[in-house]
Amino acid sequence: MKTLDIRNVVKRYPNGTLAVKGVNVAVEEGELVVFVGPSGCGKSTLLRMIAGLEDVTEGEIELAGRVVNDIEPAERNIAMVFQNYALYPHMTVRGNLSYGLRNRGLPKDEIARKVAEAARILQIEEYLDRKPRQLSGGQRQRVAMGRAIVRDPAIFLFDEPLSNLDAKLRNQMRLELKQLQRRLRTAAIYVTHDQVEAMTLADRIVVLNAGEVEQIGTPEEVYESPASTFVAGFIGAPPMNLLEVVVEGGVALVGGERVAVASRHAGPAILGIRPERVQIDPEGAHEMEVEAVEELGATRLVHARLGNQPFTITQDAREARPGDRFRVTIPPGEVSLFDRGTGRRI
Amino acid sequence: MYRDRLRDHLVLIVGVIVMMGPILVAITTSSYDRVYIHNHGMQIGWGGNFLETYRNVLFYKGGFSGEVTGALMAMNSAILGIGFAVGKIVVSMLAAYAIVYFRFPLGTFFFWVIFSTLLLPLEVRILPSYEVVQQMGLLNSYTGLILPLIASATGTFYFRQFFRSVPDELVEAARIDGAGPFRFFIDILVPLSKTMMAAIFIIMFVVGWNQYLWPILITTDEHYFTLVRGIKQVLQVYIGADIPEYNEALAMAILAMLPPGLVIVVFQRMFIKGLVETEK
Ligand SMILES: Nc1ncnc2c1ncn2[C@@H]1O[C@H](COP(=O)(O)OP(=O)(O)OP(=O)(O)O)[C@@H](O)[C@H]1O
Ligand SMILES: [Mg+2]
Repeated sequence: MKTLDIRNVVKRYPNGTLAVKGVNVAVEEGELVVFVGPSGCGKSTLLRMIAGLEDVTEGEIELAGRVVNDIEPAERNIAMVFQNYALYPHMTVRGNLSYGLRNRGLPKDEIARKVAEAARILQIEEYLDRKPRQLSGGQRQRVAMGRAIVRDPAIFLFDEPLSNLDAKLRNQMRLELKQLQRRLRTAAIYVTHDQVEAMTLADRIVVLNAGEVEQIGTPEEVYESPASTFVAGFIGAPPMNLLEVVVEGGVALVGGERVAVASRHAGPAILGIRPERVQIDPEGAHEMEVEAVEELGATRLVHARLGNQPFTITQDAREARPGDRFRVTIPPGEVSLFDRGTGRRI
Repeated sequence: MYRDRLRDHLVLIVGVIVMMGPILVAITTSSYDRVYIHNHGMQIGWGGNFLETYRNVLFYKGGFSGEVTGALMAMNSAILGIGFAVGKIVVSMLAAYAIVYFRFPLGTFFFWVIFSTLLLPLEVRILPSYEVVQQMGLLNSYTGLILPLIASATGTFYFRQFFRSVPDELVEAARIDGAGPFRFFIDILVPLSKTMMAAIFIIMFVVGWNQYLWPILITTDEHYFTLVRGIKQVLQVYIGADIPEYNEALAMAILAMLPPGLVIVVFQRMFIKGLVETEK
């Protein structure tokens, strides 16, 4: 069953900005969906419409079987975790967790039980009587999560909740968040502009660009078969190589080079190949020269040229030096082709 | 290092002497009797009349009606000061709340209308104000003393700036937590504004306590007289017939200064505490 169904949703701000241009997304029960896209693409706007913090200009949002367009945020059965936590500074952690429940008029003992339960799950029992300012960033993050858990919502909404933490803590919290969400079996939407975060967290990824959905799919699908050049360039670090080619009879022409492709398309196109799928091969069909080398720790990124267009290769060999010449093979099965005009996958 | 400290302290000590000197002289002089003061002027030494003078000022029933004591006047001053300050805080917080959090037509316009009343202090509009209070039958009442003064453009302005600095996320979190406009104000905004409220209370209490012109106009019944007015009264009543009660007038001035001083000491601590632990 669908927990959330977004149908043809449009958002036009009062100043005329068209932030979301007809989006369709469904979130299944217990699923973690990540909205990812560059800054300003409308991720937060979409999330805030689901939360009820922004009006929906057009379209319908259906949550747990009822259309919620005109329902107040408090009555939507959602919980939101904000980027800056938005904890009530003058209340203790306990006060923060219980405030929403008190407003709902729950009995005292039930509130106490829920707060204790959430505090146990998140291991913040020791801090229950502290004020937010007496907590570290990571602990505040947990409290913010606790405030969401006690509500027992139909769906969690996260708007870049980890972006204020340092890199190490961010990785740890990301893992915890995923485990927590698994355990609670509650659907969740997670907004981020960080594609690594999206890949590691998501059951499914929604790639947004300029207010429109570019692709919806599992992390693997989005990575292996990007639906457009935008997705190809956005997901994956380093990004996919994109070369302007002309295809003829199963061969793509890049400058003087001939790359075999498994496609019957003919005419101009854009050829995409992931840097780590290019094989270094002394017998390979393409010869190139190392222009620069980027050290990435486990691997190195070699910058070269193919048919006079920039081309990168990830490899783990240590011997590459600028000026070296080497040969590569491009496996036809790893190649994606995109339309030159629309950028969509062919 | 040590030199610097010494110099700083010297400057401070000189400042204290200049500021506190007249007050000290007023205290010492008030411990002499009126005849001595009349003959010898202000005193730095210690006369023997201290307790008697202050007891007289506080509890001797004087005035035309013979029923007004210093204690009663102090209470009137306190009512005026507290009513003035609390009223201003309540009214300006509500006004600022409406302006910042509710979209209503011409909201900004109304804010600037309120703001422009800064150009019309009480002294400018005193006759119409008196007329209104008189027609409402509020002469000689605490309501008449306080109510016409509690609208505050300054307070509204400060609270508006403060509310605007409260993060939107906090407002939204409260909305998701089911706090309606009233709950949000009471549960979130008021506690967050404590520091602001303390600061404005300090200023407004002192201003209210020291009101002079307005009480003179609105109250003719001695039972509503304030301390500040009492000082003048002490000198006036006996003048001509006798030597004025210099010692009592000075004592009353000292008494009139104590509560505002106390308010500043107490609330300043809260104020600074609030500033140090910036919440939000
Ligand atoms: N209140 C508003 N009024 C007018 N335009 C807005 C408003 N909020 C956002 N926008 C515009 O809508 C577009 C989408 O904004 P949104 O905040 O959803 O982006 P985002 O994808 O969350 O970006 P980021 O990653 O930077 O948070 C932007 O062009 C932004 O300028
Ligand atoms: Mg955003």
